[in-house]
Amino acid sequence: MKEKLPMKRPVAIKGRVWVLRDKKGSVIDDIDTDQIYHNVHLAVTELEKMGQFALGNLPGWEDFPQKARPGDIIVVGRNFGAGSSRQQAVDCFRSLEIALIIGESFGAIYKRNAINSGFPLMMCSGIVSQPGKVNLGDMLEVNLSTGEIYNHTTGKKIAGGEPFSRVQMEIYQAGNLFEYGKTILP
Amino acid sequence: MGKTVIEKIIARHCQEEVAPGKVVWVDIDLRTARDFGGANVVENFRRNYNKDRVADPAKTFFTFDCVAPANNIPYANNQQICRVFAQQQGIKVFDVDQGIGSHILIDKGLCLPGYIAVGTDSHLNLLGALGALGQGMGDVDIAFAFKTGKTWFEVPETIKVAVKGKLSPPLSPKDLTLTVLKRLGSKGALGKAIEFYGEAIDSLSLDGRITLASMVTEMGGIVGFITPDQKVIDCCRARSGSGKIEAPVADPDASYCQTVEIDITGLKPQISLPYHPSKVADVEEVEGEKVDSIFLGSCTNGRWEDFQVATTILKGKKVFNGVMFKAVPSTREVYGRMLREGLAAVLFDSGVILTSAGCGGCASGQVGMTGEGEVQLSTGNRNFKGKQGAGRTFLVSPATAAVSALYGKITSPHKVL
Repeated sequence: MKEKLPMKRPVAIKGRVWVLRDKKGSVIDDIDTDQIYHNVHLAVTELEKMGQFALGNLPGWEDFPQKARPGDIIVVGRNFGAGSSRQQAVDCFRSLEIALIIGESFGAIYKRNAINSGFPLMMCSGIVSQPGKVNLGDMLEVNLSTGEIYNHTTGKKIAGGEPFSRVQMEIYQAGNLFEYGKTILP
Repeated sequence: MGKTVIEKIIARHCQEEVAPGKVVWVDIDLRTARDFGGANVVENFRRNYNKDRVADPAKTFFTFDCVAPANNIPYANNQQICRVFAQQQGIKVFDVDQGIGSHILIDKGLCLPGYIAVGTDSHLNLLGALGALGQGMGDVDIAFAFKTGKTWFEVPETIKVAVKGKLSPPLSPKDLTLTVLKRLGSKGALGKAIEFYGEAIDSLSLDGRITLASMVTEMGGIVGFITPDQKVIDCCRARSGSGKIEAPVADPDASYCQTVEIDITGLKPQISLPYHPSKVADVEEVEGEKVDSIFLGSCTNGRWEDFQVATTILKGKKVFNGVMFKAVPSTREVYGRMLREGLAAVLFDSGVILTSAGCGGCASGQVGMTGEGEVQLSTGNRNFKGKQGAGRTFLVSPATAAVSALYGKITSPHKVL
């Protein structure tokens, strides 16, 4: 990380956690973009209208938009955001003012879309597949720059958080890809 | 150290040294937006760049393929927003009659081996069939690409997939594709590129290459490359009118993060079970399940050769009573050839619903959704729960779809052909 990068947006994020598990308590891997934001709502172009459809096609999570509060953190398993290229699958969480998504891995396009819209995504191998690290409702504190994750509820550190890459931090700090582009391109 | 295909393509488009894991800025040859995401691209563009011009209208396209023609007012509005913007900017629109955008880039000779193309289509990576880098992106990325002609890439590592054995009828490129997907799984190539090698790969026509490359998305991959053979190069030359085609080829000492060997000797027709594309089985394991509807088409299996296979099976026969069979050509060119060469009449006479070109059953309702309890066989690439309606979708080859249509139940083509 370049040392002099001005940190206009918070590098430390603290929030209440939602862990995307099924009714039996198992982690849901491969959550695809149609489960996050179903294609019947794709014609919506206003950010403020997208939040109400977040996770609307994920069994057991249909009422997430009513339960989520601004500043919450979502924790997911592997390959979250598989499938289509729809930006709305990221924007619906921006719309709900979700602070951060931590996942074991993300779909490649989903990751790009989040980075480019300045929405924080962090990779953390094992955070849900290994038991006991994080549970629904826990309070997590996460440092995007160092990858440190601290669970205030259990009083334990969670290892494996990957610090933001340089391009990810630069775009996040600029706000989004458009603002970042103005700083680096003629 | 030698370079992989993706490293070579990216290196051609940037000023920096290329190595896996490095983030580089590249100049893009083609950028496209569909009716899916297109209006959001326009909105992002206007909000951030006001009345600025796009970097290069000649390299920028709209392709309407998702809901074509629009069957609901929001989509109709969004398509019109794109048309108006395109007119202001001098951008060409391949409108609702033209078919699937990624295929149009191939068929109109716009995309050539070694190119980088980006668009609001997660299956744009099927351009790997030409040895080109196609990257699906969201509307922020694409609006930025419209304006600047550039994007950033984190250079991915590459997996080498070596296929042993031959592919002979009734096995099809789709069966090969599903067996690779079964082996790699939904996350096997996550964030990585693939290069495919082997006799069965070499033997694939352009249409078959498109089938395989299109489903690298379902393997989690960025793109899958098949080294263009002379036929593919000749096709690109004829369609583009360009004499100069430089297909990127991996160096013999290129470095791969993983090598996967797959032996297809004795392979039987393959099927993806609901609700995951990678949940692949032999068709005969689920043989006999009653089928309610069939979708033949998509960017994976909507080409001329796919319809040839299906019509050969259906000719002179009737689709089983009560089975709804929807067929959607990938492009207007395929559709026109089907009309002129009699395939359309064969399908019609056997009871198939044939519509104009587009994404068909994969998108939200160009040719209808599935109802609760409905069993659908689709030649598409995704069967996620709820994506195409409340029913259960299985993914199959055109041959399995057509044979099953005749019997009204899931039927393996190797027993009847």
